Amino acid sequence: MKKGYFGRWGGTYIPEVLHQTFVELRQAYEDARRDPAFWKEYVELMGNYSCRPTPLTLAENLSRHFGGGRIFIKREDLNHTGAHKANNVMGQGLLVRRMGKKRVIAETGAGQHGVATATMAARFGFECTIYMGEEDVARQRPNVFWMEKLGATVVPVRDGARTLKDAINEAFRDWVTSMDETHYVFGTVCGPHPFPEMVAWFQSIIGQEARQQILEQHGRLPERVFACVGGGSNAMGIFQGFLEDADVQLVGVEAGGKGLDTGEHASRMVGDTAAPGVAQGYRSMFLQDEDGQMLDTHSIAAGLDYVGISPILADLGDSGRVRFEAATDREVLDALTLTMRTEGIIPALESAHAFVQAFKEAPQMDDDQALIINMSGRGDKDIFTIAHAFDDPSWKEFIIRRGEEYSKR
Amino acid sequence: MKLQSDLLHRLEEKPILLMTHLVLGYPSFATNREVIRQMADNGVDCIELQIPFSEPMADGPVILKANQDALAAGVRVRDCLEFAAEMVAAHPRVNFLFMTYYNIVFRHGEEAFLEHAARIGIRGTIIPDLPPEEGADLHRRSSELGLAPIMFFTPTSTDSRMREVADQGQGFIYVVARRGVTGAPTEMDAGLAEYLGRCRRATDLPLAVGFGISRREDVAMLTGRADMAVIGTATIRLVDEQGPSAVGPFIAGLLKS
Ligand SMILES: Cc1ncc(COP(=O)(O)O)c(C=O)c1O
Repeated sequence: MKKGYFGRWGGTYIPEVLHQTFVELRQAYEDARRDPAFWKEYVELMGNYSCRPTPLTLAENLSRHFGGGRIFIKREDLNHTGAHKANNVMGQGLLVRRMGKKRVIAETGAGQHGVATATMAARFGFECTIYMGEEDVARQRPNVFWMEKLGATVVPVRDGARTLKDAINEAFRDWVTSMDETHYVFGTVCGPHPFPEMVAWFQSIIGQEARQQILEQHGRLPERVFACVGGGSNAMGIFQGFLEDADVQLVGVEAGGKGLDTGEHASRMVGDTAAPGVAQGYRSMFLQDEDGQMLDTHSIAAGLDYVGISPILADLGDSGRVRFEAATDREVLDALTLTMRTEGIIPALESAHAFVQAFKEAPQMDDDQALIINMSGRGDKDIFTIAHAFDDPSWKEFIIRRGEEYSKR
Repeated sequence: MKLQSDLLHRLEEKPILLMTHLVLGYPSFATNREVIRQMADNGVDCIELQIPFSEPMADGPVILKANQDALAAGVRVRDCLEFAAEMVAAHPRVNFLFMTYYNIVFRHGEEAFLEHAARIGIRGTIIPDLPPEEGADLHRRSSELGLAPIMFFTPTSTDSRMREVADQGQGFIYVVARRGVTGAPTEMDAGLAEYLGRCRRATDLPLAVGFGISRREDVAMLTGRADMAVIGTATIRLVDEQGPSAVGPFIAGLLKS
């Protein structure tokens, strides 16, 4: 198979001006991958700076509540900056240092990847610019605040739908000018080769740990593993620990938004809105119209609100190795409420999609069987988003009062 | 070969050729029609017809906005194909090329798109996100149909990369004058002269230089160093600011010595 392809998906659809940059990036990545010292340095960094290995928590109350399989939660929320995004970003940071570049740029939707990149840049001493759709800047003010405090420049993108895909286009526009000194820290397992493969490699640390932990705690492999799928990086991360174990069911959960039949969702593999296409540098399933124009997407979780999906996951979907499901906004809030109340754990809205599907399937399983939910991030730091999603009256009251206070000055 | 030999023929009469560009359906097909007439009447040699795409990652703000506005106004690929057929028939002296992003071609069906383009008399295709590694089949099929696949040289291209790219190209090479996206100015300096020299040594195909070419001085500085000057963003800006009737005098002015 051609390099950078996964079945019929993937590739490197880039403007010619970036050709040489990708030659150099592929070389740096392949050298790092061959060098055991690189991975060792990476694991040490993640242990020292980001709480790895993250725990695998047995959710006894939830397990009892559903009366089926034993529910384990892989706690990526306990990473520094609160999500699995740190794994990818710190890995690419080490690579940037090797390549001798001094500046990083990134796109961000929810702001998680932007905050993680700004954190990495602060730690490594890189200059940092984050591109973020204007709509997202407005929705995710707290993350913008942190990125700026961490020393990054946040550029609001006013083109297109003003969301994640537009931020990616704008980051590419920066890169075609600045590639000599700048690395583009792509946030997920999408984009042109080698990004899907490289980001999957950094995220594979989740699956490596989870496999060992479940064997220690449960004595054998899980029946099923659940992960939410935006671009697909946290899903690829945990799935890689179990890809070779044919009996372990791998389940990717997409954003069902307001329901697949409303058109307001971001499900590429479930339903029939998506079709094969090429955009943002890679070939995969995209939510697009008959002409090939990308559609507006919707999800309660900004991190899942994206038109494309990882070429690696599209291929694993083709072969049937990964099963895809969708969770609606409504189901997500219910699962989030239940998880908070019964376990004292607050998943990010993105992660809560995986919880929804796991909760649907847990009762069908025996009590000596295990399932793992990849909790890709924590929800408490997204208090503005979650309080808004719950339409919480006392929170609104607080915001109104605070607003009045500020406007008086 | 059709396009290349036509260009060489024209170069016997003129020191430098002109290629202009517009986004189909922006601001309207009616305006496009008038702009193209003025371009043709003033001796433009090639016109790039850009079929709008929602994610034009290689384009700068002006062309990006034109893509978005065209789509917002409801422009469909089908309309663009029909309009192109009308223009080719109306202006037989001009070489028309389709410029678009690969997803438009892919979604339409490569074979159907190329056949249609060839049938209506389009001379070539310019697809900035389809490098030789991904486009080999499409480029081969284009050649068979008599459509020139246009390849890119850029300031970051090594000599060996230029030769590799030129191998799949026909018609002419689109020489990107500088890094970055469309729309910002380009200065003639020693670096650019040296780069154009490298381009010349890498291929026998005519060289069309674009990105930041907008004034008579830009065209003059390319004369003798390149075969065709590409005017992109400048005419879109002009039409936005002064309307389509300004295009004819602008084009005529570019070639005055
Ligand atoms: C907490 C969390 N989970 C999941 C995602 C979705 O990304 P991916 O599918 O690449 O894991 C995001 C993206 O921002 C996120 O912040």
